[in-house]
Formats: sequence, C-alpha cells, structure tokens
Amino acid sequence: MADTVVGATPDPHAPGADPSRRDFIHIAAGAAAAGAALAVVWPLVDQMNPAGDTLALASIEFDLTKVEPGQQVVVKWRGKPLFVRNRTPEQIAAAVKDDNAALRDPQTDEERHKPGKAEWLVLVGTCTHLGCVPTVGGGDYGGWFCPCHGSHYDTSGRIRKGPAPKNLEVPTYAFLSDTKIKVG
Amino acid sequence: MSGHSTYEPKTGIERWLDTRLPIVRFAYDTAISFPTPKNLNYWWTFGGILALMLGIQLVTGIVLAMHYVPHVDYAFASVERIMRDVNYGWLIRYMHANGASMFFLAVYIHMIRNLYYGSYKAPREVLWILGCLIYLAMMATAFIGYVLPWGQMSFHGAVVITNLFGALPIIGTPITTWLWGGFAVDNPTLNRFFSLHYLLPFVIAGLVVLHIWALHVPGNNNPTGVNVKSENDTVPFHPYYTVKDGFAIGVFLLLYASFVFYNPNVLGHADNYIPANPLVTPAHIVPEWYFLPFYAILRAVPDKLGGVLLMFGAIATLFVLPWLDTSKVRSMRYRPQAKLYFWIFILAALVLGYCGGQLPDDPVIAQPSGLILLDADINSFVWLSRVATLYFFAYFWIILPVLGLTEKPLPVPESISEPVLSHPATTPAGATASPEKRG
Amino acid sequence: MLRKGIALAALGLAFLGSPALAAHPTPVLKTVAWSFDGPFGKFDTAQLQRGYKVYREVCAACHAMSMLSFRNLGEPGGPFYDPKYKNPNDNPYVKSLAKDIQVNDIDSDTGDAIQRPATPADRFPSPFPNEAAAKASNGGAMPPDLSVIAKGRTGGPDYLYSLLTGYRATPAGLTVSAGQYYNVSMSGDLTSAWTGDHHKVPPGGVIAMPPPLEDGKVTFDDGKPSTVDQQARDVAAFLYWAAEPKMMQRKQFGLGAMVYLLIFTVLLYFSYRRIWRNVAH
Repeated sequence: MADTVVGATPDPHAPGADPSRRDFIHIAAGAAAAGAALAVVWPLVDQMNPAGDTLALASIEFDLTKVEPGQQVVVKWRGKPLFVRNRTPEQIAAAVKDDNAALRDPQTDEERHKPGKAEWLVLVGTCTHLGCVPTVGGGDYGGWFCPCHGSHYDTSGRIRKGPAPKNLEVPTYAFLSDTKIKVG
Repeated sequence: MSGHSTYEPKTGIERWLDTRLPIVRFAYDTAISFPTPKNLNYWWTFGGILALMLGIQLVTGIVLAMHYVPHVDYAFASVERIMRDVNYGWLIRYMHANGASMFFLAVYIHMIRNLYYGSYKAPREVLWILGCLIYLAMMATAFIGYVLPWGQMSFHGAVVITNLFGALPIIGTPITTWLWGGFAVDNPTLNRFFSLHYLLPFVIAGLVVLHIWALHVPGNNNPTGVNVKSENDTVPFHPYYTVKDGFAIGVFLLLYASFVFYNPNVLGHADNYIPANPLVTPAHIVPEWYFLPFYAILRAVPDKLGGVLLMFGAIATLFVLPWLDTSKVRSMRYRPQAKLYFWIFILAALVLGYCGGQLPDDPVIAQPSGLILLDADINSFVWLSRVATLYFFAYFWIILPVLGLTEKPLPVPESISEPVLSHPATTPAGATASPEKRG
Repeated sequence: MLRKGIALAALGLAFLGSPALAAHPTPVLKTVAWSFDGPFGKFDTAQLQRGYKVYREVCAACHAMSMLSFRNLGEPGGPFYDPKYKNPNDNPYVKSLAKDIQVNDIDSDTGDAIQRPATPADRFPSPFPNEAAAKASNGGAMPPDLSVIAKGRTGGPDYLYSLLTGYRATPAGLTVSAGQYYNVSMSGDLTSAWTGDHHKVPPGGVIAMPPPLEDGKVTFDDGKPSTVDQQARDVAAFLYWAAEPKMMQRKQFGLGAMVYLLIFTVLLYFSYRRIWRNVAH
C-alpha cells in the first residue's frame, strides 16, 4: 500500500532495501491496528449480554395448594409468565390419548410432567411462535390458544395446529414436597 | 473541499457514486492526498489523537447509557452496577472517565501548540474560533457528565456551577431555577443533564467536521509559520502523517491505558464515591483538574459577579485572540521575546491550576507573612491566583498586541524547505539523520 | 523545545500531585504493604475471608453494604471463589454463608412481611430499615454504607486501617463531647476544642464510632492471631475488594493491553521511520 503513494511523492532516493522486509513492517503495523480494534470490539459487544445480577435472578418457590383442579395460575418467573395448571383426569386422559397422534413436536404426556404428578403441568407461558401469551382453555384441543397468530395447544401444552413450531417449554423445576415446587 | 482534487475513481461503482455523492472523493482529499507541510513535528499529532478520543468517548458513552439510570435514587447504584455486574462494565466506565481527562490533556497541548506557532493568525481565524467552540462544548459536556454519577462532588459541583448564573443581575435567579427545573439541583436537573450529555458530543462531532473543513481551505500551519510555497514543501497526508499520527496515538494510548488499568481513580476525587447528600457539603469542593485554572480565576475575585465575568472572560478572550496578536510573524521560533512571555504564560496557567486545587486562604509558603493586603494575607493562594490571573489577561490584552509592534523578530526563512536544505545534517548522505531533529 | 515542554508538563504533574498545605496537623495515615498493590497485585484470598468474618461479626451490626450480594463472595477474585463453580450462585459455601443470614421478603401468598434465609442472589441486608432509624440508633450519626468506602475516602485501605487502629486516649486539654471518640487518623480540625499550646494542636479528629475492634473479638478460622491490628488489616483489605471487585481482572487485562500497545507502537515507529527515511524535513 505504501509503494503506490510513496511513488507519487517527490522521492528522489528510491529505497534500495529489500522490499519484502519493508512491506512486512507496514503490514505488521496495520495488522496490529486491526487486531487492537477487534480486541476493543468484544467488550463493547459483550456488555449487552445479561449482566451478573440478571444471571443471578433467583429461582422461585410456588405453593400448589392455591391451584384448584381444572384451574391455572400464572406467576412471573425471570420476566416471563409461568403456567401452573392443575389438570382434571379428563384433561390428562385427553392428552395421553393423543400421545400417538401426528404431532409436530412429538412428545408423550408422560415426558411433560414429573413422574406420578400427572395432574401438575408447569410450562413457560410464551407461545413458541413469536412469544405471545396463550390463553388457557381455548382452541380446538382444550389446552391453550394463542390469540396473536392462532396456535392451538392441547392439554399437555403440545402444539397441534397453527404456526408455532414447538410445544410449550417445560422449565427446570422440582417438587420440594407434595404441595411445593421450586422453579429454576 | 478546496483546491484541486487528485481523486480518480477507479471502478464503475466509484464513478457512479462520485457523480452523485462525492463522499469517497471527500475522504480521499481529506485523509489521503491532502498536501501537508513536511516539517510538522510531534505537536501536530494531537489533532489525530483528539479525533480518536472523541470517538472513544462517543462509543463508550453510548454503551454506558445502555446501563445508566438518570434518577436521583438509582444513578449512583446504576454506576456501581456497571462496575460490578455489566460485562466489561468496569473497563468501559474507566475508559470513559479517564478518557475525559485524556481528551482535555490532548486539547490543552493542541491549544498550546497553536499559541506557540501562531496557528490562529490569518487566514486561520475561523479554524481557531471553531476550535474554541469545540473546547467550550467540551467543557459543558465534561461538567454535565461529571454530575451523572451523582456522588457528593457531582451534586455539589452542580450546585456551585449552576449558582454562577445566579450572579447575573435580575435574570440570575430565574435562570438558575430554569436550569434546575426546581428550587435546587434535583431529579429534574439530573434528567436534563443526562439528555444534554448525550446531545452535546454530537454537537462537538459536527463542529469537528467544520473544524476540519476550515483546516483544509488554508491547509496546515507548520513550525516555521511560513506559507507553503511549492509542492516540494508538502507530502501527501497518507502514508506520511497517518503513520506518524498512528505512532503518536500509540504512545498516547499507552499513557491512557496506564491510567485506565493501573490508576483509574487517581484523576478523580474520593468524595465522588460517596452518594450525593444535599444536606452535607464536602469539606473542599474542587472541580476536575482540567477546570482548576478557571476555578482559580473565579475565586481570585472577591465579588460574585466579578468572578463569574472574569472566568467567562478568560474563555471569551480566546475567541478574539487572532485580532489581539499584532505580530506579522506566526511562529515564536523567530520571536525570542514573545517566546519568553509565552513560557511565563504557560507557567501562569499551571500556577492557576495549582491554586484552583488549594484552599484560597492557605499560605503558599509555610510561614504566614502576616501582611494583609486588601482582604487576604499576601502569602495565600488567593493572592497567588490574582497575580497569575493578572498575567493571564495581560498576556493576551497587553503583551501580545504591544509586542507585535515593538519586537524585532529573527529572520524568517523564505520557505519551509529552506531551513531544512540549509541544515548541515540533511545533505543526501545524511538522509537517515533523525527525523525528530527539529529546531 | 520538546524537552522543555516535557519538563514543564512534569512540573505541572508534580504540582497536581502534592498535598494541600494545611494550617492544622494532618491526620495520621499509616501505609500498609498490601498484597494488591502494584500492577501485578492480587487479592489474598485468606485475608479476604478473615476480613469478611470481621465485617460480618463486627461491622455489619451497624454498617450496611447494600451494593454487595452474597454471590459476589464467590466471584473470581472474591474471598470464597471456587473454580469448580463458574456460576457463583451454585457455590455451596456461598450458599451456606447466605443461608445463615435472614433477609426481609414479602410472602407472595399473604403479602405479609416475612424473614427468610438469604440466597446467593440476595443483597447483604442492611442493619437498619432506613436512614432515620440508623441515625436514631447511633446517637444521630449515620454509619456510612461500606460498599465503596475504600474508594470514597482519600487514602483508601490505608486510611481504613489507620482509622481502625487510630483510637488513642483523649489528650489532656482536648474537649471531647459525650458519644465522641478521639482518633488520630480521623479527618478534622481540633483547634477549637484544644485548650493547650496553639502550636501543638493534636492531629486527627473526633468520631462517633466507638473503637469497634478488640483483641480476640473475632476467631479466625485459619488460626491467625486475632489482634486489633490483624483485624483492621483484614477488614480494610476486604473493604477494598468490595469497592473494586474487578481489580484483578482489570490488572490482568491491563497487562495484555499494555504489551499489545507497546508492540503496536514499536511497529508503527519503524514503519514511520521507513516511510520518512528519504524525506528531508
């Protein structure tokens, strides 16, 4: 790069030194400048990732006795809605019956609740399409219906109809006792 | 922008763009082919350093604004959250805080270089005035930015500086109330300061564009102060000055990094790590170091309005400097008398900076003299400030106008190349002589 | 000319660096050789652990530290950092430390104010519910929050150590009101309270905090003798860590940045010399 411009200047003593060595210095200096710029870019990008306090957001505990059979309670967890649903035997049966139906995101009902706790369904309450909050009990399958773009979920929270690609997400949670769960 | 453009579009798309928006031509003429005097020394590298510092302050500032909360209850804690929890927040904040100091360090050197080499003289008056406007905007931005962490110095500094406007007769009180958005510095003040602190750097960037435009009409001054006579006197900006500026930037960044990584708080004040408390004033209010000379001028006058007027007068003086200096010779290299007064001026400015950091009534020399002159002991910082203030103004308003008419300058070279060619060390055989060796 | 400029700049910096001349004696500031001094300084983990214990068992009774969370204790550079737990919230020791402390919360079912064991994500609880309560319990003087105290006082950890070890018997001739204690390292001017020789005003000032430390007050788990001097040293180091928890990352990053910049600058210098070698200027 230097050659072209040097040539355009009053430069009567054209350098007799080895041109490859001369270029090396300029290329190395240019590369060092580019490297420094790149090294600075990373902190500027990374600062937009979740901060330490955001990552440390506490897990929540939830008392299940508040949820009547057939009802759903919505709590806020990590800034998103969390569905805790107490399913009736009929709803469970309807979900199990469809385990072998043509599912877009195949999963059995058994895989979506804790062993022996079939009545309790805990789901992240955001539609897997574009993040709206589905309404409970709506849609063709009696599970959830997302009003934004018409996604239908069954009573196991599996996607059955509409644009959403995946089943409603089951978060990491554990039963602390028969009536208490800890999410996160 | 001016003169003959040597840009030749090489590709079709460049030709297409050049006839519609000649932005590549503009960049080429500004940063590549721009004919630059070949004798510029390292004092001329600070323009590039300043451009870089403005960029760093803009980028780090925009990033900090993503995390900062402009509310009296959360501002201090949000800054600490940036330091503790935000990824690389400590780095970005320390770069911004120390970057302000580095920016001022560079701008002061840039201004002192102008004073010494007479770069403000015709035909560069507008260039100089634009520079003064940039400096003024920088001061406003820095002051407002210092308020944002909402520490004790932030708060009480804001109180003191906004109260300066209260010195104005009749309109003083309404203006301060308007500035505050209330009856004291409070949440509305913090909110508007945040907004203005985000706005002003872009004003500075706009002024910088004008500044560069105004530079490219007459071209650079140079250490001899002699106009460029022929193409022999110049080299293209790239690669000659890009690489030289780059080297100077590297050295400057080393200094900057040593503050950011090893002494990030040394230029600040410990009191600003105490959350703002409107009920308690710190024992000793001091501004950041770059404002200390003006602070000393303010306190040198025993009258509120007088102090304010004199302080703003010191800045206003800079704007009229091109018409105060009557000398036909630009560079002080050929003005031995002026050179002496110039160095005394630098000393006076440093003394003012020192006085600004001291308590006005403290003695300068350990033993008080006991001689009271007017309102204070003659051996006190307030009197030292007065002497230095007097010289500060005398330099611009008396010495420079009179000296230009009475002094006898040394012979000025015919052209930039002449002193170089007549220099014994720069015959072709000595072509490798140190390029830093300058008069 | 360049040399003259540098000399003047150095002079200016020397001016800026010199302390203010004071008419009264300056408070005593003892300098300590800290493990975290200098460009390669590191925190002494054992010292931070002892310091945390002093804070928790002594200082925390009156002083809040509201910008710290328990998880911070397990972060890199912190007193209980364990490389096995990249996420400090999972560090079992930090969890157990947090569990020992009760924090205020709201019962999400009843809305009642309750107390529950802390988790790593919780902030250090404040000893007083608000500023007025803090003042009322401490003779009108607000015990300052200690989160950034090591940066909020001139002298930093040296000052904190000096203050904690600076309590002396009140000199004869000095009037100290009830609820105040004489301390040689406290800032202040005792001229008006001094009845002795005007040229021999004692250094220091008065402070509302009674001497907080005493020999054996805290039992160190690592067997360090628990003297006032040791406690003061350790808690000052802990408070410095609390104010500047990213110091080690900063110095580490800084070393890389300085070396890189140095190489970059040297390369540019040679590039510059080469480009300019044939230009007479």
